[in-house]
Amino acid sequence: MILWESFRSGWQAIIANRLRSSLTMLGIMIGVAAVITLVAFGQGASNSISTSIQSLGTNLLTVFPSDPNRDGDIVNPAPRDLTVADAIALSDSARAPDIAGVAPVKTTSVNCTHGERSYRTSINGTWPSYYTINNSVLAQGTYFQNADVLDARRVVSLGSTVAEELFGDQDPIGQQVVCGGVPYTVTGVLETKGSSGPFNNDDVILAPLTAVENSLVGYGPLNTISVQGVSPERINAAQAQVFTILDERHGTDEASRDYDIFNQANLLDTINQALGIFTALLGAVAAISLLVGGIGITNIMLVSVTERTREIGIRKAIGASRRFILLQFLLEATVLSLIGAAAGLLLAFGASFIEIADIRPSIVPASVVAAFVISVAIGLFFGSFPANRAASLRPIEALRHE
Amino acid sequence: MPAVVELVDITKVYGSGENTVRAVDGVTLRIERGEFVAVMGASGSGKSTLMNIIGALDAATSGTYRLDGVDIGELDDDALSLVRNRRIGFIFQSFNLIPRMSALANVELPLMYRGVSRSARRSKALQALASVGLGDRTHHQPNQLSGGQQQRVAVARALAMEPALMLADEPTGNLDSRSTADVLDLLQRVHAGGGTIAVITHEEEVAARAQRVITLRDGRIAADEPTFGRRAGSVDWGARP
Repeated sequence: MILWESFRSGWQAIIANRLRSSLTMLGIMIGVAAVITLVAFGQGASNSISTSIQSLGTNLLTVFPSDPNRDGDIVNPAPRDLTVADAIALSDSARAPDIAGVAPVKTTSVNCTHGERSYRTSINGTWPSYYTINNSVLAQGTYFQNADVLDARRVVSLGSTVAEELFGDQDPIGQQVVCGGVPYTVTGVLETKGSSGPFNNDDVILAPLTAVENSLVGYGPLNTISVQGVSPERINAAQAQVFTILDERHGTDEASRDYDIFNQANLLDTINQALGIFTALLGAVAAISLLVGGIGITNIMLVSVTERTREIGIRKAIGASRRFILLQFLLEATVLSLIGAAAGLLLAFGASFIEIADIRPSIVPASVVAAFVISVAIGLFFGSFPANRAASLRPIEALRHE
Repeated sequence: MPAVVELVDITKVYGSGENTVRAVDGVTLRIERGEFVAVMGASGSGKSTLMNIIGALDAATSGTYRLDGVDIGELDDDALSLVRNRRIGFIFQSFNLIPRMSALANVELPLMYRGVSRSARRSKALQALASVGLGDRTHHQPNQLSGGQQQRVAVARALAMEPALMLADEPTGNLDSRSTADVLDLLQRVHAGGGTIAVITHEEEVAARAQRVITLRDGRIAADEPTFGRRAGSVDWGARP
C-alpha cells in the first residue's frame, strides 16, 4: 500500500516534468543500449570466428615435424621424420581408442593447367580419411577411395577456388588437369569452406597420397599427419595417445620430440578467451556511459527534492516517516532508470539487426539482465543521496520553503 | 484523563553567545480536552515558535511538553512523525495541500501513513469532505479550488485524522471574509462536536470564536483569559463614564 502510493507519487513527479524526465532517461537509455549492443557485437565477432574455426574441425589434431635442437642444444642427435608407418601406427584403435581417423599428408605447391588456364595452388596427397577429418565435403563428384590410394590413381578433388580458376563456369568432373606436368582426372569438387583469416581453405587440391608421391614429391617424409578425435571432449585424450605412440616409435620424450601437435580446440579456446576479454572491455567502456547516466539521475533528483521541499515538509507534518519519504524518492529514481533501461533495450534490439563488417551482433541474455540490474542499482544508488537529503529535511524548515 | 497539551516552563532559544534570542521564555500552559483556545500576539511575540513546539514540529530547548499524556521531549524524528500523525491535525495559513493530488487523496494521505486500509480511509475521507461541504469536489486538485475551498479540504484532512488536538496556524490569514466565516464556522462545529482546538491568530474576529484567549508578548504569556471576560472587559471599558 505504502509502496504503491510511493510509486504513484514518484510517477506523478515524472509525468509532471516530462521533458526533464525524458532527458534523464535518455542518459540511462544510451548507457543500457551501449552496453547491450557492444557486448552483442563482441559476441557476434566471437561467434563468427568460432564458426569458421569449427568448420575446420574442432576435434582435429595436426602432427607436424619440429626440430628438437632448435634452441641450440643437441637434445636429440637423430631426429626422425614423420612417416606413413607412423600414421598406420596411430590408426591402431586398440592403442589409440580416442582417435577416430588418421590421414598422412604430403603437400606441395604446384602449377596446374586446363586448356588455356593456369593456376598455382597446393596439392595435398593423402588418404580418403582426410575428407572426414577436415570436414571436406564434395559439392559434386565422388570421393577417392582406398583403392585409388593403393593403385596410385591420378584422380583429384578440387577446392572450389581452384575449380573456379581452372574451369570457370564449365563442369570440371571428368575433365583433365595437368599438375606439375602430370595429367590428373577431376573426380570431385569440394564445397566452399570460406577463409579463416588470411588462409583460403578452398585453394587446395586433394589427391591420393601415392599418386602425389609417384608424380610430384617422391617417397620422402610426410608434411603432416591429420588426426581426428572421437569427439571434441576426448580431443585431449587423443592428443595424449598420439604422444605416447609416436614417442615410442621415435624414441623421444617431451624434451627431445622431433614432432609437435597443433590442437584446433586449444586454438579455439585461446581465441575465445581473447574475444571474451575484448567483449568485457567493450562492455566496461559502455558501462561508463551508464555511470554518467546515473549521475544525471542524481542531478535531476536533487532538483526534484529542492523543488518539492515544501511538499516534503507537508508530508512530514502530517506524519510521513523518514522511511516513506526515502522510499518515495528512491522509487522515483528507480522508475526513471528502469524506463530508461527499457527504452535502451528496445534500441539495442533495433541495433542488433545492423551488420558491421559481416559481423551479426548476437544479444547476450546475461548482458540484458545485467544492464537491467545495473540500472535498478543505479536508480537506488544515485537516488539515495537526494532521497536521504529529502528524508532528513526538518519539517519546520521544509514548510517555510517557498 | 491527561490534559491534551501540558507545557511546563517551555523555553526555546535561538542562536548562541551574544546573539541568543529567547523566542519562547518559560511558558507554562494547559489545554484541556474540548477546549477551543486562541493564541494571540504581535509578530515576534513567539506565537509561531510556540505553535511549532505544540505541533511537535520543533523541540523546545528546555522544559517538558506532554501531548495527550506523551512526553514529546524524548522522541526522535520518526517518533515525532508518528505523534503528529496520530494526535495532531494541522491547518496552515497557506493550506499546504499537496499539489497534483486530488482533494480526496490529500485527505487520505495521513490515514495512509497511519496504515489505514484503502477502503476504510476512502470512506473516512469522503465523509470528512462531505462534512466540510466539498462532497462534490473530491476529485479536484488544489489548483482547481478556491482558497476557501482549499482551506476546507485542509480542515477535512485534519478532521479525518480524528486528532487529539486540531492546531490551526493563522487559518484565515489568506482568505476573504466570506471564506473566513465559513472556515471559522467549521472550526466551531468541530469544537461543538467535542474537538480540542488551538488556533494561532492575530485577528480578533478569529479569537472571538474561541473560549479562551492566550496573549503572548516577548515569549511570555501576557494574558490568559476566557473570551467572555475579554468581551465584558471591553464593554466595561466602553461603558466607563
